[in-house]
Amino acid sequence: MDDGFEAPYRLEYTYRRSTGAVIGRFLGALRDGRLEGVRTAGGRVLSPPLEYDPESGEDVGAPVDVGPGGVVTTWTWVAAPRPDHPVARPFAWALVRLDGADTAMLHAVDVGGEPGGIRTGLRVRARWRAERTGTIRDLECFVPHDGATPIDVARPTTEVSGPVALLPSPVRLDYTIIAGRHLRTYLSGLAKKRIVGGRCPRCRKVYLPPRGACPTCGVPADHEVEVRDTGTITTFCIIRIPFDAAPFPPPYAAVAVLLDGADMPIFHLVRGIPPEEVRMGMRVRATWVPDAELAPTLASIRWFEPSGEADLPYESIEAHL
Amino acid sequence: MNRCAIVGIGQTHHKAKRQDVSIAGLVREAASRALADAEMAWKDIDAVVLGKAPDMFEGVMMPELYLADALGAAGKPMLRVHTAGSVGGSTAIVAAQTVIAGVHRRVLTVAFEKQSESDAMWALSPKIPFQPQLTAGAGGYFAPLVRAYIRRSGAPEEVGIAVAVKDRLHALKNPYAHLRLENIDAAMVRDSPMLWDPIRYLETCPSSDGACAMVLTDDEGARRAPRPPAWVHGLATRSEPVVFAGRDQVDPRAGRDCARDVFDQARVTDPRREIDVAEIYVPFSWFEPMWIENLGFAPRGEGWRLTLDGATALGGALPINPSGGVLSSNPIGASGMLRFAEAAMQVRDQAGEHQVPGARRALGHAYGGGSQFFAMWVVGRERP
Repeated sequence: MDDGFEAPYRLEYTYRRSTGAVIGRFLGALRDGRLEGVRTAGGRVLSPPLEYDPESGEDVGAPVDVGPGGVVTTWTWVAAPRPDHPVARPFAWALVRLDGADTAMLHAVDVGGEPGGIRTGLRVRARWRAERTGTIRDLECFVPHDGATPIDVARPTTEVSGPVALLPSPVRLDYTIIAGRHLRTYLSGLAKKRIVGGRCPRCRKVYLPPRGACPTCGVPADHEVEVRDTGTITTFCIIRIPFDAAPFPPPYAAVAVLLDGADMPIFHLVRGIPPEEVRMGMRVRATWVPDAELAPTLASIRWFEPSGEADLPYESIEAHL
Repeated sequence: MNRCAIVGIGQTHHKAKRQDVSIAGLVREAASRALADAEMAWKDIDAVVLGKAPDMFEGVMMPELYLADALGAAGKPMLRVHTAGSVGGSTAIVAAQTVIAGVHRRVLTVAFEKQSESDAMWALSPKIPFQPQLTAGAGGYFAPLVRAYIRRSGAPEEVGIAVAVKDRLHALKNPYAHLRLENIDAAMVRDSPMLWDPIRYLETCPSSDGACAMVLTDDEGARRAPRPPAWVHGLATRSEPVVFAGRDQVDPRAGRDCARDVFDQARVTDPRREIDVAEIYVPFSWFEPMWIENLGFAPRGEGWRLTLDGATALGGALPINPSGGVLSSNPIGASGMLRFAEAAMQVRDQAGEHQVPGARRALGHAYGGGSQFFAMWVVGRERP
């Protein structure tokens, strides 16, 4: 149930993988519709190639053409393919040892959707995509082949040839963040313009948000206390570098604010004053969003503004970085 | 307890982009150079200890699995260490401890980062639910601490500029350094854009691809070594919580405790007099004076005077970062190990143009996370 304490959290990025000479050459061969391996000093042929001999640790040797046929050495059945799988109907993930290779490659085998079609020892051949870009997906999957008839060798679809030096590698991780008990207390307070901290019963320090354990004493620091929405800037920086998620165009001041009644500063923004006039020791007050926009998030405080009170002496705040 | 000696050191030529090699090829380059320095082959190594910073930096989860082949680790123990930016240092310490404990006799330790495969600013600044996005990158985290140091110490702004110039001049003497700014001077640093005020662009470290490796061994291995070894005189790690009331991030307790421990082990009572050269982790120029004080090289509030007096430059009384330091090369996971390796190179007389003449004892230092992990070693020319 989404009561405001669950939120999606996505980490998404396209990495820029540099492949190196050995893997880059293999990917280039895939783009040409060919399969390659590499020969080790001991005479074994590794396909897919590895950059270094896993047995000796030595560099691998010259590339070797393998396939286009091969044999299934083991397999598992996928009854319900996922959207990103290479075959849309039920298929097998299999280890396929290509003709001329001593190791096997993991890939999909399409046997028409019926599990009875796959077995260890099955002869297969590669099925290539028409449009190839230099990734393992250029090899769409393997399909059964009787071993007697010749295998069509795919032709390059682009004029590009040679190694694939750079490989875009998109990654996306989707999480759901669920606020725990102490964070929930804090967040639900913020939705009501209340700032709730937790006091450690031993050292008496007030933490924001309240914590399951005091980091210093190791006991629960969750005796609820309300702190004020006024405080003191203990230190700050002025952001002058633009970045995607910036709340404002630079320059603006990001500040550590020690709220009255708390022992830990929170990090936030200060507005209503030119950034170069922000001072350590300056007194500030929270500016809340309009009531209709209040929500269980620290963003319910839009920013802090100078309160007009006299600055506190630096010595009184220097221990609160 | 066994003694531990460093008999092989290798590193890559650090660059913004090493797109000619894979991650495996990058670590291989440094490891091969360390083996060559030790005149050893892959089969001579008993175990491999690997370190790198967060996996998000390259998007390769558990790279130690993928890198076992490249590091000749088949059939051998392989460990991966992670302590954020300090990882290169703590990785070397874990490797050394297996020698000291008598578990292994010849250990290869390697650390790397290939920053060109992603964007550290993105990886360090995820948009976390329930809070507004306020700032970004390591600079946004550390700039308020730099401001607090300046306020406490009364240091003039020239200090941050002086460190930025000094380390880049040092880098010109180091063929492996990434940033090579031939015309670097105070005006160039002062005129560079202010990013996270009070930190300017040229007061920050670059993003680098690079790796570092060392071969560590025991007494018998040291006797067989083709070149003079560096000896471990002390090693220590400390950590502290990233958040607690009253935490002093300008002068962290974990750093002070770690320094005291490592100097006690090395029987160093006056570090400023007894340490000939230090390689310390300075990703933003102001961290030089901050760590000078945290390490006990100067009293609180006085570290910046050593910098302005020129004591920390090559030729000064306490040269710091003659390699050019993190400000000149920052393959994050390797940056800590580079500090440790450069310290060892100094006491082996192996540092070429950036050698401190006659260096007998050197400090290697690394920190990571929100100044919460520390790793240090003292290495010496003599067997302790």
